[in-house]
Amino acid sequence: MSDLTDVTSLTSMSAARIAAGIAAGEMTAVEVTEAHLARIAAVDEKVHAFLHVDREGALAQARAVDEKRARGEELGPLAGVPLALKDIFTTEGIPTTVGSKILENWIPPYDATVTKRLKDADVVILGKTNMDEFAMGSSTENSAFGPTGNPWDLTRIPGGSGGGSSASLAAFEAPLALGTDTGGSIRQPAAMTATVGVKPTYGGVSRYGMVAFSSSLDQGGPCARTVLDAALLHAVIAGHDPLDSTSIDQPVPDVVAAARQGDVTGLRVGVVKEFRGEGYQAGVMQRFDESVELLRELGAEVVEVSCPSFTKALAAYYLIAPSECSSNLARFDAMRYGLRVGDDGSRGAEEVTALTREAGFGDEVKRRVMLGTYALSSGYYDAYYGSAQKVRTLITRDFGKAFESVDVLISPTTPTTAFPIGERADDPMAMYLADLCTIPSNLAGNAAMSLPCGLAPEDGLPVGLQIIAPAMADDRLYRVGAAIEAALQARWGHPLLEEAPSL
Amino acid sequence: MTVTELASYEDALDAYDPVMGLEVHVELGTRTKMFCGCATGLGADANSQTCPTCLGMPGSLPVVNATGVESAIRIGLALNCDIAEWCRFARKNYFYPDMPKNFQTSQYDEPIAFEGYLDVQLEDGEVFRVGIERAHMEEDTGKSTHIGGATGRIHGASHSLLDYNRAGIPLIEIVTKPIEGAGARAPEVAKAYVAELRELIRALGVSDARMEMGQLRCDVNLSLRPHGRAAFGTRSETKNVNSLRSVERAARFEIQRHAAVLDSGGTILQETRHFHEEDGSTTSGRIKEEAEDYRYFPEPDLVPVAPSREWVEELRAELPELPRLRRNRLREEWGISQHEMQSALNAGAVGLIVATIDAGAPADQARKWWLGELARRANEEGLELADLPITAEQVARLSELVAEGSLNDKLARQTIEGILAGEGTPDEVVEKRGLKVVSDEGALGTAVDEAIAGNAAIADKIRGGKTAAAGALVGAVMKATRGQADAGRVRELILERLAPSE
Amino acid sequence: MPGITREEVAHLARLARLELKDEELDHFAGQLDDIIGAVAAVSDVADEDVPPTSHPLPLTNVMRPDEVRPSLTPQQALSGAPAQEQQRFKVPQILGEE
Ligand SMILES: [Mg+2]
Ligand SMILES: [Zn+2]
Repeated sequence: MSDLTDVTSLTSMSAARIAAGIAAGEMTAVEVTEAHLARIAAVDEKVHAFLHVDREGALAQARAVDEKRARGEELGPLAGVPLALKDIFTTEGIPTTVGSKILENWIPPYDATVTKRLKDADVVILGKTNMDEFAMGSSTENSAFGPTGNPWDLTRIPGGSGGGSSASLAAFEAPLALGTDTGGSIRQPAAMTATVGVKPTYGGVSRYGMVAFSSSLDQGGPCARTVLDAALLHAVIAGHDPLDSTSIDQPVPDVVAAARQGDVTGLRVGVVKEFRGEGYQAGVMQRFDESVELLRELGAEVVEVSCPSFTKALAAYYLIAPSECSSNLARFDAMRYGLRVGDDGSRGAEEVTALTREAGFGDEVKRRVMLGTYALSSGYYDAYYGSAQKVRTLITRDFGKAFESVDVLISPTTPTTAFPIGERADDPMAMYLADLCTIPSNLAGNAAMSLPCGLAPEDGLPVGLQIIAPAMADDRLYRVGAAIEAALQARWGHPLLEEAPSL
Repeated sequence: MTVTELASYEDALDAYDPVMGLEVHVELGTRTKMFCGCATGLGADANSQTCPTCLGMPGSLPVVNATGVESAIRIGLALNCDIAEWCRFARKNYFYPDMPKNFQTSQYDEPIAFEGYLDVQLEDGEVFRVGIERAHMEEDTGKSTHIGGATGRIHGASHSLLDYNRAGIPLIEIVTKPIEGAGARAPEVAKAYVAELRELIRALGVSDARMEMGQLRCDVNLSLRPHGRAAFGTRSETKNVNSLRSVERAARFEIQRHAAVLDSGGTILQETRHFHEEDGSTTSGRIKEEAEDYRYFPEPDLVPVAPSREWVEELRAELPELPRLRRNRLREEWGISQHEMQSALNAGAVGLIVATIDAGAPADQARKWWLGELARRANEEGLELADLPITAEQVARLSELVAEGSLNDKLARQTIEGILAGEGTPDEVVEKRGLKVVSDEGALGTAVDEAIAGNAAIADKIRGGKTAAAGALVGAVMKATRGQADAGRVRELILERLAPSE
Repeated sequence: MPGITREEVAHLARLARLELKDEELDHFAGQLDDIIGAVAAVSDVADEDVPPTSHPLPLTNVMRPDEVRPSLTPQQALSGAPAQEQQRFKVPQILGEE
């Protein structure tokens, strides 16, 4: 085995490098896949990033890529690259649980559009990653199948809901992963693990086959260790899908070119005034302020902007998301698929449904379903759901006004670094604060990215920088992200993840 | 079962004004479902026309059927409604196993069509205007079969089996404004409204609107208020009244039942009621203790529908002639009474008669066959006229055969029998069954001669000038030819041969 | 805003078809009360003349032609069913309305 194909080197490579290596014949897709499967076998017992590893399926996909190359066929830009798929995307013939007991043994008869596009692009799907049940949470502690550890400190949370995906990247179990972001579930875990995560413009990536949490907020997106890798994955999964009525029927911005360009000269950057103050960890703000300074040094014009309605974003989110989920999750009724409890011949369907939902849903899901049921009830609708939708309008207007004077906005991704597992488990309000900075973009439907901007001095844990761009200007995220990534790595002398403890 | 107290109909109307609200669900005849591409054809294997979307599987999403929207707009226009410039779908949340998502994708406060009316003509020709509150788009549910109960009913069943082929088929729900002022004619108005709506839907070509197949279903809401009182009384909602006759009977029964309750000082419960075809009664269904809380909210998986005014005007321009106006035109053309036209309408025969006339038959013949022999046969088989295995062209050919003398009425009825039995076209049946009127002079002549020879006494009477006796000989000839002879011609031949010698 | 009572939680659980245990009713009553207290701030804009946003992007008229697409096979449709009979989903007796 050459240096290039030794296991450690294969699992630490970027997706772009792996794809180029396979295309050039320096290594085979099967070698790459086996290296990652071996890494999973070695470390996942500690990390618990995966709920299901599809060893056979992954190797079969890898072999198909190698055969394709042997036949001289053109390979796509991510052909043969392994990927960890959040267990919220349906996969035909492979379990899809959404981190819930209620779907524990469900094997979907169909592929999500994203799954299909990954397969069509010859990406090798290693398996399904852990998540907060139905994507409700910010720590992955709400998974019915146990929490995921943060590779930086296994006693801490990897963020959520897509903690399995972010941890799989940080643990070098996969170079690419897929997440979904309803209130920050891609960006917040990226921040916690020093990885890159992008929530594309709402409607940019098809939601067909993505198990719904909150339909008007959910958006699938790429997770990677580099900005370019995220862009390559973004290009594969994005684009119009006639099976999703909310899918945008326009060309996808050229995110790969933007990531390759990585120049912010003359770019106008707005710092959101509302995202600092009480509740923000000192080390987080220190790294954020350094990033602002760095952008100036790189030639960007930085100004402060105010988005006053953002202070109500969290409240609006915790009405809209629960309302939609209370309806989206009604289908889990023990009749057509999934768990059924208490069907002993004496009970009626109504009772069996109620017993099954009681047994199959975790506390956070029950809380949100009841909260949403409350917010939509007659007599409360206008005060809660209706007002939340008005706040949504105000937030969108704030963004619109800000984007009249700046090209992108920036903020810390999260107020704090990764907290210990269990710390906020029974304090929902404290948990909800983790998404304070990420939620406005979900409400407005625009595009946002988190990328690592250093370690907080007080705890040595990763800090994320959030970049927000207007809807359909996803390319700006990559342009800014690539510039910051390159400058920071030049300063550090290596990618931040190299500082993570070995597992 | 407890016997329901009823007031006499006359007494009820002496004391109260009935107020009705009719809710009709029409299943559209689109090729695919409202929100997915599954086929909608009838008679398919259980659960063979389902997909992740109409099964409500995790991750699935709806996409609106353009023809569903177009049909809704056309129905709205035909009902003289305003068409929304912008409207949304909403989720109506409630749990029921035949509804895969446990919410129905429907419309709530933003229906696609609203504020219209339908003029219906009563049997005496009076036109009654029924106000239309709204027409909106929604989806049908799956079908449950209850197993283990005595009569396939829900009570006593051990379990149920669900087939979701019907789940997601487009429905248009049409809701009237409160129908007031019909007085004793309220049941007739209800029936005439549903009949007229059915004709309208068929004329638009958006659905076959077959009530017996559940393609058009009616809920009858009814309340009474004492004469002179403005406020409505409490209403009952009689669900799934699925024939025109039942609509009339249900309204009548509820008027009498409400009156009896109110007369005895009781109060009407706001409840759903079930209608029973056997005796025309209704029985209590579910009492609405707490008002239903459907938690409607705009469907986030679908975007708003904003029909352009150009499109709406295009659809308006393409509307067919409205059935009531068309019927009045036809009634004059055919020279029949309002009552006769009403019978044709109730029998579902108007379109068939027109098609038969278009195929060349005279109007009176077309009416005669469809409303006579064919209506009788349809009734016997429990079928709608349109379902009889005979076409308008075939009926037209039949009447042609009669007109040219090849068939008499009796033979024509036998021909119909053959056609309905699947023996072929009118000509084929006549051929196969040998039904043609015997008008061949040679064959007839022989039969006449034989009859004369076999009935010498009668023949003599005729020769003696008693021509009335010819009837007996005609009968003999008809018997000998098994009815296939042209009786008029036989008589002529007999009289010719037995003419008194000069 | 009024506090959420145990009875209200029981009502919500009924609407949401959750057979909550007694201790859960108390537990959730406290938590829901906290959350609702915190999110009630949105009603500050209730009377403002602001249109509500239900969809993040202003798309309209997304429709599909009335063309048949392949369905699942009945076997696929029923593959996850907890119980089946006669190619249909077998469910416990349905009570309530007919
Ligand atoms: Mg309805
Ligand atoms: Zn379907």
